[in-house]
Amino acid sequence: MKILVPVKRVIDYNVKPRVKADGTGVDLANVKMSMNPFDEIAVEEAIRLKEKGVATEVVAVSIGVAKAQETLRTALAMGADRAILIQTDDEVEPLGVAKLLAKVQEEEQAGLIVLGKQAIDDDSNQTGQMLAALLNLPQGTFASKVEVEGDKVSVTREVDGGLETVKLSTPAIVTTDLRLNEPRYASLPNIMKAKSKPLATKTPADFGVDIAPRLETVSVAEPAKRSAGVKVADVDELVAKLKSMGVAA
Amino acid sequence: MKTLVWVEHEGGAVKDATLSAVTAAAKLGEVHLLVAGESVGGVAEAAANIAGVGKVHVADDAALGHALAENVAPLVVQLMADHDAFVAPATSNGKNIAPRVAALLDVMQISDILSVESEDTFTRPIYAGNAIATVKSKDAKKVITVRGTAFEKAAAEGGSGTVEAVASTGDAGLSSFVGAEIAKLERPELTSAKVIVSGGRALKDGETFEQLIFPLADKLGAAVGASRAAVDAGYVPNDYQVGQTGKIVAPEVYIAVGISGAIQHLAGMKDSKTIVAINKDEDAPIFQVADIGLVGDLFKVVPELTEKL
Repeated sequence: MKILVPVKRVIDYNVKPRVKADGTGVDLANVKMSMNPFDEIAVEEAIRLKEKGVATEVVAVSIGVAKAQETLRTALAMGADRAILIQTDDEVEPLGVAKLLAKVQEEEQAGLIVLGKQAIDDDSNQTGQMLAALLNLPQGTFASKVEVEGDKVSVTREVDGGLETVKLSTPAIVTTDLRLNEPRYASLPNIMKAKSKPLATKTPADFGVDIAPRLETVSVAEPAKRSAGVKVADVDELVAKLKSMGVAA
Repeated sequence: MKTLVWVEHEGGAVKDATLSAVTAAAKLGEVHLLVAGESVGGVAEAAANIAGVGKVHVADDAALGHALAENVAPLVVQLMADHDAFVAPATSNGKNIAPRVAALLDVMQISDILSVESEDTFTRPIYAGNAIATVKSKDAKKVITVRGTAFEKAAAEGGSGTVEAVASTGDAGLSSFVGAEIAKLERPELTSAKVIVSGGRALKDGETFEQLIFPLADKLGAAVGASRAAVDAGYVPNDYQVGQTGKIVAPEVYIAVGISGAIQHLAGMKDSKTIVAINKDEDAPIFQVADIGLVGDLFKVVPELTEKL
């Protein structure tokens, strides 16, 4: 079984984003960029399935600027076999990404497509579900456990009240939640080896997909700031405060 | 504008998140509801009582029983021929279903809205709530998920909607429900609680978490939450997690115990009315957003607080 893993290049998890002064977006100049953490979990899951002998090939794909190659090289260093970059300087929305990925899947015919449940930049949480819809495939979103059983895949999902398990026919789409696994660090020899793994570059036009945005960002603003309040000296003072707020009798 | 709100329900009752979605939908126009599930006659009647709703479409079918997106989305798409906007609460079920609907309608979804500015313009959080984007949709139909804490709940009573049965689109044959491990709630639900006591990694282990946080929460009639670090460390199950990728909460009072205040955690609770932080590190970022801070050893402070309340 082949596994397709879409990955996105985003602002690093540890960087605090700053809104641009002109309100047009978030300042990404000279900011550390990394693979979306949920996508890292997706890459790890795919590689583990390969190590278990379930998957035969892991193909990473990214849609974005030329530098997204670095993100793909990270996936290759972790253990993916080859990579595809659909290069564009335009911002592509989840719907456009899903349409491009659907075309990639038509060519690749993967048995499983594993991707992050959301990207930590736009926090949309849409791409996997949209891809499943476009391909008329089942979706196992917010996965904390994935088990391939013959031509079915069993996915345990993190839902509001706890956990839920669904059984999907394959091919299927799985979106990863935080506790699916802990991604490995790529070792230096593997980083070196990744440099010679195949990476194909394409453009959205190659797939004949219209990626024109449907949403216009009118403005981006800082959220209302909270200011630090008072510090109380001891528990008695805290109790008094809580009581005055009517929280405690 | 005619909107269709997907009704989230459990155990025969309409869930609160639906009521917030109804409020958001009402800002767009007429509110119609979809109740999909198995044996949901009672839910449909309850839904028709929600203030301000018009038609309540009810699809009763075993294939709709566990809100599987593969089976619900085609039904929604069919109903959308006669509606201009699909609105769902941004709960795990809503987030699972809505994008599938959006793609089938060739619409770019607007996720997790905080406000309705006009028929086509909305605000939504990006970058874990570190920025708020105002976005305008060019799509003819809208697909929207609603952040529950950003909208008042519509009144559950006082409406006079009319219930109308619609045929299910059946089982897509792609997926099946196997089972669920849903935690029994002995305390209020996180997303609707007035007071929340949350614990972080500093609690050391699951047993300590239980011994310190639970009694304090019970004294206050509060729900219990946790930081990602506490959940990852296995102190409490995943459904306790508050944050960017966990639950988004905005209670009257949020008491953060031993939580340093990573931006991903703050994203989930910084709209709380009053934030109380207890932490031994006086430089912890949580104190920058806390209204009331107490610097101290939680192992001493928390039992004392529970005792004195």
